Amino acid sequence: MNDKVYKALLLLTALFMPVICGGVVYALVTDAYDAFEHFGFFRFLTSSEWSYTQGAEKYGALPFITGTLMTTLLALIFCIPFSLPVALFVGEYFKGTRLAAVLGTVTDLLAGIPSIIYGLWGFYTLRPIIMALDISPQGSGVLTASLVLAIMIVPYAASLSAEFIKMVPNDLKEGAYSLGATRAEVVKSVIFPVAGSGIFSSYVLAIGRALGETMTVTMLIGNTNNIPDSITSTGNSMASIIANQFGEADDLRLSSLIAIGLVLFMITAVINMAGKMMIKRARI
Amino acid sequence: MGQDKLMLWVICIFAALTAVPLVAILGEVLLRGWDQLSWEFFTEPTPTAYRAMKAIEAGERIPGGIANGIVGTMLMLGMAVAVAVPVGILCGAFLAENGKSRFAQVVSYLTDLLQGTPSVIIGIITYIWVVVPMKGYSAIAGSVALCIMMLPLIVRSTEETLKILPASLKEAGLALGANSARVMLKVQLPAAFGGIFTGVLLAISRVIGETAPLMFTALGCSLVRWSVDKPISAVPLLIWEFFNDPNLQELIWGASLFLLLFVLTLNLTAKYLAKKWNQ
Repeated sequence: MNDKVYKALLLLTALFMPVICGGVVYALVTDAYDAFEHFGFFRFLTSSEWSYTQGAEKYGALPFITGTLMTTLLALIFCIPFSLPVALFVGEYFKGTRLAAVLGTVTDLLAGIPSIIYGLWGFYTLRPIIMALDISPQGSGVLTASLVLAIMIVPYAASLSAEFIKMVPNDLKEGAYSLGATRAEVVKSVIFPVAGSGIFSSYVLAIGRALGETMTVTMLIGNTNNIPDSITSTGNSMASIIANQFGEADDLRLSSLIAIGLVLFMITAVINMAGKMMIKRARI
Repeated sequence: MGQDKLMLWVICIFAALTAVPLVAILGEVLLRGWDQLSWEFFTEPTPTAYRAMKAIEAGERIPGGIANGIVGTMLMLGMAVAVAVPVGILCGAFLAENGKSRFAQVVSYLTDLLQGTPSVIIGIITYIWVVVPMKGYSAIAGSVALCIMMLPLIVRSTEETLKILPASLKEAGLALGANSARVMLKVQLPAAFGGIFTGVLLAISRVIGETAPLMFTALGCSLVRWSVDKPISAVPLLIWEFFNDPNLQELIWGASLFLLLFVLTLNLTAKYLAKKWNQ
């Protein structure tokens, strides 16, 4: 193959990325335009009404933005007590051992389970438990969705954090040990300060995953179009309202759903880019 | 000293607890789905809700299976792979060769952006791009959605594999007088085959269970179909259908077991091959 043809071919395929991403933004913006024009950008984001009565249609994204933020935040809180020990187990305490490899495989497999199966498990196993414990009468809701979301993001946060924990230089740790520090002290005063920014960035990326998770949340959050007033009440996230209503929507409702998609796209894009930038900085 | 021991125990216990959901999910799907697996389950299409209801009333096993979903998944996945693999590899090669240029950095950022985009948004986009102009749901639309989701994964794995090849490999090829196209095709890509292949397997296992992007693109269909311009089913779509239809709920577990075993086998195979080829 001619060198010039080859270079041109590579360049041409590389153009796919800008074209797709540009197309995503263009399509979302043009199709969301109707909703923003009709309700006003700011009012669309701050209105909590969602009614599709003919002639008196009113759509606002606030309940779903709240739902997404609540599920994501709760998932993050539930995820930390498990992902941090896993990261320390794999990256420090049992680094390079068979046990660490086994735990690594477990988290890899957890990451591989399709979200619809997480949703089924949450619905048929976790929901009855929540009902039996009398936490909420209907079982589904923000809490149930967040618990399963937390399990889903543990692998992402743990494997990335473990990488940063592994990278902590040995001489730093040995220095601390030689001064008489115990292992717990080394973790607290050497590993966390050195790998801290990397660990933090891995949680930012985990948030990025949780924000857009669709099927699990759709099956577990209860699908009501209100602002959840407590963590046990039902609601809808941005992704779940789209999954629920996109197929049956038209005109203004469709545009409103696409507008919600645009907002979700922007939020995840910002979070993911921030996470990637932090990772790059933490690696240097 | 006590604090040290305590910390070790806390870490071990909580780390071990993360295995609980995996065992619980695998166990539940296996226990409830195992009985449903039979020859017909893989060769028959989904029954109508009416037929299923009749069977339940008569106390019989629900007839039919998930053949329509399996065919749909394979068809859409095949088309998506046919486009995403060559484009992804070439784009990855571009990034590996021009990593420092401004444009390559932009492409690299956009790859991350696309990889982080929620799958439900890929569904909306494909709906706007393909379903609206074609005036209908189709297997093509579904495969476009899957293709967009696979692309960044393949680009990244190709780029990373090519980047860790020793520079001397490429230089030796060039020193022998081959141009960079020939070196890429005959030296670099073959040397990187293992990493790229694993990347493709992982990308497939990532998208095969995707439901949300297919709901607005492939829609679903209760017939076994091979045409690409009509609505088509997929295994995850069927699970979603069964979940929402009280008459078909018994079929959920067989379909989930099939999907889960497929995805996890693909995952483990990819990891195993990666390990083997790295040695």
